[in-house]
Amino acid sequence: MTAPITTAGVPPAGAVFPKKSYLNDGTTIRSWLLTHDHKRIALLYLVAVLIALFLGGVFAMVIRLELLTPGPTIVEALTYNRMFTLHGLIMIFMFMIPAIPAVFGNFFLPIMLGAKDVAFPKWNLTSWYVYIAGSTLMLWGLITGGADTGWTFYTPYSTTTTTNITPVMLGVFIIGFSSILTGLNFIVTIHTLRAPGVTWFRMPLFVWAVYATSIIQVLATPVLGLTTLLVAAEHTFGFGFFDPARGGDPILFQHLFWFYSHPAVYIMVLPAMGVISEVICAVARKNIFGYKMIAMSSLGIAFVGFFAWGHHLFTSGQSAFDAGAFAAISMLVGVFTAIKVFNWVGTLYKGAIAFTAPFAYICGFLFFLVFGGMTGVALATVSLDVHWQDTYFVVAHFHFIMVGAVIMGFLAALHYWFPKMFGRKYPENWGLLAAGLIVLGFNATFIPQFLLGNAGMPRRYYEYPERFAALNVASTAGASLLAFGFIIIAIYLAISLKYGEVAGRNPWGSRGYEWDVPSPPPTENFDAVPVFTRGPHEYQDVPEELAKVGHAI
Amino acid sequence: MNEIMRRLLFLPEQASTFAHDVDNLHYFVITVTMVSSLAVGLTAIAFFWKYRRRHENQATPFVAPTALFEVLAISVPLFFFLVWFAIGFRDFVKLSSPPPEAMDVYVQGKQWMWKFAYPEGPNSIGVLHVPANRPVRLLITSRDVIHSVFIPAFRVKMDALPGRYTEIWFTATKPGRYQILCTEYCGAQHSKMWGEVVVMAPEAFDEWIKEQQRGLVSRQDVLADETGQVTPQGSLAQWGLQVAVRQGCLRCHNVDTKEPATGPSWVDLYQQQIKLTDGREIVADEAYLTESMMEPTVKVVAGYQELMPNYQGKLSGAEAAAIVEFIKSLRSDRTVQAVGGEE
Amino acid sequence: MQSSAARKMTPEGWLEPPPLPHHYDTIENHQAALRFGMWLFLGTEVLLFAGIFLGYFVFRHYFPESFEQAARHLSVVLGTANTLLLLTSSLTVALAHHNAEHGKNRNAFWLLMASVSMGAGFLGIKAVEYTEKFHEGALPGKFFSFSEITAPGGPVFYVVYFFSTGLHALHVVVGMSLLTWVAIRCWRKEFSPTYYAPVENAGLYWHLVDLVWIFLYPLLYLV
Ligand code: HEA
Ligand code: HEA
Ligand code: HEC
Ligand code: CUA
Ligand SMILES: [Cu+2]
Repeated sequence: MTAPITTAGVPPAGAVFPKKSYLNDGTTIRSWLLTHDHKRIALLYLVAVLIALFLGGVFAMVIRLELLTPGPTIVEALTYNRMFTLHGLIMIFMFMIPAIPAVFGNFFLPIMLGAKDVAFPKWNLTSWYVYIAGSTLMLWGLITGGADTGWTFYTPYSTTTTTNITPVMLGVFIIGFSSILTGLNFIVTIHTLRAPGVTWFRMPLFVWAVYATSIIQVLATPVLGLTTLLVAAEHTFGFGFFDPARGGDPILFQHLFWFYSHPAVYIMVLPAMGVISEVICAVARKNIFGYKMIAMSSLGIAFVGFFAWGHHLFTSGQSAFDAGAFAAISMLVGVFTAIKVFNWVGTLYKGAIAFTAPFAYICGFLFFLVFGGMTGVALATVSLDVHWQDTYFVVAHFHFIMVGAVIMGFLAALHYWFPKMFGRKYPENWGLLAAGLIVLGFNATFIPQFLLGNAGMPRRYYEYPERFAALNVASTAGASLLAFGFIIIAIYLAISLKYGEVAGRNPWGSRGYEWDVPSPPPTENFDAVPVFTRGPHEYQDVPEELAKVGHAI
Repeated sequence: MNEIMRRLLFLPEQASTFAHDVDNLHYFVITVTMVSSLAVGLTAIAFFWKYRRRHENQATPFVAPTALFEVLAISVPLFFFLVWFAIGFRDFVKLSSPPPEAMDVYVQGKQWMWKFAYPEGPNSIGVLHVPANRPVRLLITSRDVIHSVFIPAFRVKMDALPGRYTEIWFTATKPGRYQILCTEYCGAQHSKMWGEVVVMAPEAFDEWIKEQQRGLVSRQDVLADETGQVTPQGSLAQWGLQVAVRQGCLRCHNVDTKEPATGPSWVDLYQQQIKLTDGREIVADEAYLTESMMEPTVKVVAGYQELMPNYQGKLSGAEAAAIVEFIKSLRSDRTVQAVGGEE
Repeated sequence: MQSSAARKMTPEGWLEPPPLPHHYDTIENHQAALRFGMWLFLGTEVLLFAGIFLGYFVFRHYFPESFEQAARHLSVVLGTANTLLLLTSSLTVALAHHNAEHGKNRNAFWLLMASVSMGAGFLGIKAVEYTEKFHEGALPGKFFSFSEITAPGGPVFYVVYFFSTGLHALHVVVGMSLLTWVAIRCWRKEFSPTYYAPVENAGLYWHLVDLVWIFLYPLLYLV
């Protein structure tokens, strides 16, 4: 019944595309929409989040175009306010939160554990439908009612605005359910479905990262759910929980909101960190440096991240004592992240690094994460935040991490696992070109925004004083470059899907467990229960045949 | 050096004592940020150059971190973070404890303008006059939604919350004009909610305030405002109640019944039709209420005598506004909002 | 759901458990996963209510008088009756779990039905209380017009009151549906010493509903 996994499988030269795989096990639309296969559900999510990324990106371009000139440029003030609300909500709730866990987590977590599926396949599919339902409701609300509150929904503005925010709040509430379902499913899977040999400290680091993420999802999301319900009820029925005009407390709202939304930023970044831990070993063909440190710091971030939310309220009249406590805790998160960063760099030491698109994304990731993260620590330095709060410095900080680091992680994952998911390679040269463009365009977009923040330009500004004009032009120019890079990726990946070179089982020569199944994997993942006899990041004994393999294209 | 860094980082000019402190820390933090992120990025690239894959079946050694490495990875960042925290926190504590001699100015945000009121009486919209080299404390509130007062040149910012007072203080160092921006999203005109601080030489300021007091009467109703839709009864109205108690208003005015005492009851007063001794009929709006405190003899309610003392100079602009807020909250159809509260 | 008709009866007199999902290798493992998942889910429910409890404490701190006045206007008799109902129903659910675990499906069925009717009784009493509040005008936010609460903060108390008890009532309804569903499966003799996870999970959910009320009751009615 059992077949040992010793080394990653060896692709025969001139690999052929497997006849049967999860991709062609049922070809009707119905077979996709009613599937319980975690890999198909991952693809359903992939399509959904790419659409979300595209939509969010379009709105981002509208924002940047509007800000090209100090006065009105292409849209009206109210439209602009709706645009950044749309942009923020789509990017965060529809793209970033599900992006890596629900797509790559769904696809690879069971395979990495040697399982045939996640613990509750039906709930897995349900979570996708819940996500679609919530997103549809939210988008419908945004397009027809046009919420203009920003993604933070601060009361009492949000409870008194004339735009209709109720469907938007309910949409966010419903998407939250899908997030909870996914997280719950992953936690149970990790606890109960590990194959023989996959002990806790033999789990791939990506699994550790998803595990930490899922814990946050399960613990923090309910609080957001309650908060959105209260705001919706307040807007509709005039309750007054958060509105001082009725005795309510707007600061209570901010605490409840950030109690979710600060941990939520780690929901976004931790999976990306997990991806990097996987990819960096494969491209450097080297064991991970400090496995336990990286694994445990994920849990550390998840835990400490729960107590840092108050750093969003430094200028809301918070007491100096509270501010100090939240600031100190925020810095601890920085230390956990620093551990990871140094261990990744250590992994490259004495490696055999292949110059590929995933590697380019790793370099981008490291730079953006450290710069973005350190500006986070700068923001957590209370007296400095007084100047920066709600300026473009904050906007630049979070785009550095969310677009900089997290999207680098997402793109690295997409490129690294593309051959496994679809059985074909993408053209490496185009990959490198697009990665270069994106890293460059990214810097050009957001470095000027740091300076704008320093100069004192507040965020959510439709018009701005003349003196900020030059930097805004630079930022808009950079954004165009960035968008161009994304379009190139979309084109060559779409073409490779059908015409790419057949990848074979293990084109990267990676030792991750997932590379031991055929690409694309069969519906059942494994013919028999696999036995794992080595860790997922062990490279020191690369066997001859495997070492010959080389990297994609 | 300071000047070079400031320009490099596009920081606005430093026009307050606080700005200097903050900027020094800023330079330190940003320099470490840039150095460490470049160092990490460049190390990655250097490693790539040194350890690039030279042939396809290259094997690699197993390398594990030493304990020293992990200790350094933790302690070096932690050291920097703690130093920043210590300095930043010290400055923040300073910023949140105004010196006792600070001059007070009441700031009220409202969609979409700023109003400033001085204890001595004068008010203004959009322009805040302050003396140089004297500490000034801003007592900030809002009439509707959350706003935030931001003066980039002073490096200070504080949210304006409805129904609550927040405070911030600064000592301006250079006479001149500096922009005030609203930094908390507050609706359609958020990006136009600008104001200006005019820093004057101390003598010029004293002169200015005297002049303002002389022309006061006509300005008295600046705090009045027909469009404020929200009537905070949280802390703002409660504060108004405290002021009223302290000033002895309740000796002559009832706040729990509609029965008149020496003066008319305040219950249901707001927005009432009032008959005056001279036969005119007016509506009790904010302007009228404020005026009744500052110049009670101008409009006397029919059936009463001119007994009410003049509170000009005894009530600050913001205190008067708080009392108005309190009066507005006294409505018999919503009795809960009547007297009471925490005290 | 698998139709029970297709499944065979075991000699002991209960239906064979549904086939094990293909990705589990033992039935114990599957049951453990279901139980663990349920506990996590209950954790999220607790956090959902945690927010409203936080709100309660914050506003109680702001408006102590009105919260006391309002608490005096809630009927302790009805509240206590409801508490007793829920506690008893939790007991019957626990007994049902015990019976199902030993394959005594009939007993489990009647015990579950007893719990469901107590749940209905709870909702009935809640409805009486709500009606009274509507007549008094003791309502949240802008609908508030209750003259007997004179201290500020009355409307906020009723936001907390209606929101928390309303959300709880919703959970009661969901819990009753779950119990009815497993009761039907008991009737069909589906549970046996090897397979009783659905009874256990529905029961856990019902205990949570009970637990939340055990916190709401003293905070709203007694303090
Ligand atoms: C994925 C998203 C993400 C991540 C990971 C982070 C990470 C961090 N964030 Fe960020 N943040 C956001 C997204 C994110 N943030 C968003 C969206 C907002 C704005 C929300 C809004 O208002 O709309 C925000 C706002 C925000 C603020 C509020 C700003 C304001 O409004 O005034 C603060 C303040 O403290 C802050 C701090 C931090 C800190 C300390 C971290 C830390 O976790 C960072 C840790 C990382 C490092 C520290 C880097 C590694 C360090 C090294 C390698 C050490 C280097 C070496 C030496 C020192 C020698 N963030
Ligand atoms: C994950 C989160 C995320 C991402 C990725 C982005 C991406 C971008 N954001 Fe966003 N942004 C936010 C989250 C994000 N943003 C949030 C939370 C806010 C705050 C909102 C608020 O204030 O409430 C904000 C606000 C915000 C502002 C401030 C608005 C204001 O305060 O007035 C600006 C201004 O420049 C901006 C710009 C951009 C730009 C130029 C990008 C670019 O990086 C976008 C480039 C991307 C594209 C152009 C998409 C192209 C995609 C395809 C073509 C398909 C791709 C297909 C494949 C890869 C296969 N954003
Ligand atoms: C010594 C008695 C006395 C005191 C003390 C007093 N008032 Fe009055 N007040 C009166 C009388 C008498 C009138 C009616 C005559 C008039 O309009 O001037 C009046 C009228 C008013 C009105 C107009 C009411 C209406 O019905 O139009 C306002 C507002 C008011 N007072 C506010 C105050 C405030 C605020 C204070 C304290 C800071 C205060 N009063 C203190 C006696 C007093
Ligand atoms: Cu006022 Cu923004
Ligand atoms: Cu945060």
